[in-house]
Amino acid sequence: MTESSKAQLREQIEQAIRDNSVILFMKGTPEAPSCGFSARTVGALQSLGAPFAAVDILPHPAIRQELSAISNWPTIPQLFVDGELIGGADIVTEMFESGELATVLGVEQAEGEAAPEPEVPAAGAAPMGIENRLG
Amino acid sequence: MPNSDEIKRRIEASIPESSAEVEDLTGGGDHFRATVISDAFAGLARIEQHRMVYDVFGAEVGGPIHALSIKTQTRTS
Repeated sequence: MTESSKAQLREQIEQAIRDNSVILFMKGTPEAPSCGFSARTVGALQSLGAPFAAVDILPHPAIRQELSAISNWPTIPQLFVDGELIGGADIVTEMFESGELATVLGVEQAEGEAAPEPEVPAAGAAPMGIENRLG
Repeated sequence: MPNSDEIKRRIEASIPESSAEVEDLTGGGDHFRATVISDAFAGLARIEQHRMVYDVFGAEVGGPIHALSIKTQTRTS
């Protein structure tokens, strides 16, 4: 990949993080996660019914490298809220269980409620377009 | 391929006054869980605490160490 297309990709990633208040970079899609860590993370978001954008990093391996350079975090998934990296699967799961995730996302979390069946997120459509614009 | 003992040793060597428990979750040497206790984590966001642990392994994360689950605590918590 040329330096200028890397820079372009980096800018697209940064733009997506700016444009979406909650954005998850994951392997696979919310409907069909490709790895257990991504599944666990997206499951927490879906349980809370919080709207979020999702980017599947699998189709373009370069996304992962540029994202890690931006966030200084080596693994996928990565959850950003309001432009800030919240964490990966371990942190999101811990925060979900403690109620902190609901607070950060500004949603209510019912006590002792079983996680609902995963559903397609309503608002905040996934910016899948980021993949289509790659040269 | 690193094993649990080596991972434990490296964490404890790099993070001040830490004790680490490392489990090999699959027995295959590529997916570990590390629970690290150190007061060096005091006052740091979880992200920062986990980064300190990832930094011990640098570029190996995602490679020879395919998956590292991390749990961090301070001694006083």
